[in-house]
Amino acid sequence: MSSRDRVLGRVRRALAGLPAEPEPYEEAVPRAYLRQHGERSPEGTVDLLAENLADYRARVHRCTPGELPAVLAELLAARGARTVLVPPGLDPGWLAASDAERIPDRAESTPAELDRIDSVVTGCAVAVAETGTLVLDGSADQGRRRITLVPDHHVCVVRVPDQVVASVPLALGRLDPARPLTWISGPSATSDIELDRVEGVHGPRTLEVVLVGERA
Amino acid sequence: MSGTFVGMPAFPEAARAAVADERLRGNLKHATHTIRAKRAAAVAEVSDWAELREAGRRIKDHTLRHLDHYLLRLEESVTAAGGTVHWAADAAEANRIVTGLVKATGESEVVKVKSMATQEIGLNEALEAEGIRAYETDLAELIVQLGHDRPSHILVPAIHRNRGEIRDVFRSEMKEWGRPAPEGLTDSPAELAEAARLHLREKFLRAKVGISGANFMVAETGTLVVVESEGNGRMCLTLPETLISVVGIEKTIPTWRDLEVFLQTLPRSSTAERMNPYTSLWTGTTDGDGPRAFHLVLLDNGRTDTLADDVGRQALRCIRCSACLNVCPVYERAGGHAYGSVYPGPIGAILSPQLRGTASEIDASLPYASSLCGACYEVCPVAIDIPEVLVHLRERVAQGGPATRAGNKVVLRPAKGHAAERAAMRATRWAFGRPGVLRTGQRLAARTRWLHPRTLPGPGRAWSATRDLPPVPAEPFRDWWERTNGGRDDGAAPQDREETK
Repeated sequence: MSSRDRVLGRVRRALAGLPAEPEPYEEAVPRAYLRQHGERSPEGTVDLLAENLADYRARVHRCTPGELPAVLAELLAARGARTVLVPPGLDPGWLAASDAERIPDRAESTPAELDRIDSVVTGCAVAVAETGTLVLDGSADQGRRRITLVPDHHVCVVRVPDQVVASVPLALGRLDPARPLTWISGPSATSDIELDRVEGVHGPRTLEVVLVGERA
Repeated sequence: MSGTFVGMPAFPEAARAAVADERLRGNLKHATHTIRAKRAAAVAEVSDWAELREAGRRIKDHTLRHLDHYLLRLEESVTAAGGTVHWAADAAEANRIVTGLVKATGESEVVKVKSMATQEIGLNEALEAEGIRAYETDLAELIVQLGHDRPSHILVPAIHRNRGEIRDVFRSEMKEWGRPAPEGLTDSPAELAEAARLHLREKFLRAKVGISGANFMVAETGTLVVVESEGNGRMCLTLPETLISVVGIEKTIPTWRDLEVFLQTLPRSSTAERMNPYTSLWTGTTDGDGPRAFHLVLLDNGRTDTLADDVGRQALRCIRCSACLNVCPVYERAGGHAYGSVYPGPIGAILSPQLRGTASEIDASLPYASSLCGACYEVCPVAIDIPEVLVHLRERVAQGGPATRAGNKVVLRPAKGHAAERAAMRATRWAFGRPGVLRTGQRLAARTRWLHPRTLPGPGRAWSATRDLPPVPAEPFRDWWERTNGGRDDGAAPQDREETK
């Protein structure tokens, strides 16, 4: 007998005596919890995102689309970044004002090569206000998962309010499970030593988020 | 290599030694109280916690009730997404499968994401025996591995170590495993984390094989989820060419939508955060992004035996948040090692004796490693009634009875050490059925009360070592009732009466 049959057989024997459960799954689980916590205007939701990102020690910046190239150039210069990783679908205009050398995200580059690059700039798929979370789904403006992991400085651009949702349930509804997804809430952190929070163990130690939208 | 649990003394002995260690108790108290307070604040932030908890409970119960169906569905969707599914009935088989997969890549080292399942089966030791080095990459697991130590907490495995101890371990051990600790390393957490970053980065960048567990597996889509903080998980899940995930069958949930419950309850319950820094979700393999080969090893190892138990199966709802450890007065004093298992604390006290059976001394003692205060049940985000299962398992240990082991129905005999208690209970039952005997016994006890010892002899010594024996009254109640006409006459105690004579 294969182990598959053995395990499935044990499961079925374990459940054999139980009474039938007629209701379908949709009725078996009550969904009385909230779709989101509190009522907010779209601007209020963006403000909450900014607040929660900052609470987890991401650096948050806000600007209009016209200001974005200057803001990105400034962030990279302030960091002293000489090289910047660029996903294939990133709007070329975003980095037009920066002097940093653009390194394209290529499948054949090795992790060691990525480790020598100073910064990475990406877009995002959706951002969750209540938890201060950015979600990347590997789309062309975000690139492979590893490019937002190996360099020490990640700049993520979020279009507001379109890309912002209030809650985790609303975010899941917008995402495609078939894509590789990375949820990022603040920079890499550990609390393993006496529960003292330290930023940056293995992921980027600095996370900067630029919220781009026409201000009211 | 990390230490082993084999030959662990039973909980009372292990706990006695741990409680005597003042530094350990100090580290533990600081850690559990800090995280306890933070968690309460994080939970208070969401007004629908009770509803989320109930939904989580029902999702897990429904999945367990139809586990065969959902496992097949999961296998189908993982396979359709480009993964390969393996089934392992026990630890030895899972280790064989993983070792074979690693050998097939030609590699002799692997990087690991922190995973309870791989610790449970002793995977690192099994790989070592085949000449494969497994590097733990979670900071706390690294501390444990470098210190030749054992994890003592589900979430913060090195919770029992303070910063000075960690610095000493890094200084003396890092050079044995790769990049040595920097010169003049101090005990500041930031410097220690930096030392770990440099030490591990050289391993991440060259690793060809990654090994992980998973927090959830979505049957509908074939998606696996790993929740973490440091980014070492992301490193292991995306940089290697081959990814092997060893996951207990109870980690299955039916649908994508169900994640909306657990991604809200798990971070708040475990690290007391709105959301942990990194969550990775992957579905099979993706061309050009991440590993080219993905293997999922579905692990039974006692889970189906637990599923067969009407009362005990609720332990399989556990999402390993560790909230129950941080509120437990017993864990806080005894520490994680005393539980003799990778699953310490209240959840370990019900999970280990079910996964491993109650034959060993340590497993038979675990259901008693509790004050039954119920704090663990209160904080559990999937509402596992841990006290109910503890009492159920105490009954099994003391009286024996039907159980399932390795898929077979067996009748357990009472565990050793409970013979005296059972004899005492039998004697009590006999005496209570005979009023004359009871009366004589009570009178005898009352008249010899000055001769009674403070502690019990023989097998009763352990019981009375931590308790005072209740004093026997000077006069049995029935004698008092007769003498005083039910309290209507003079109610003075016999010795008072003697004095006034």
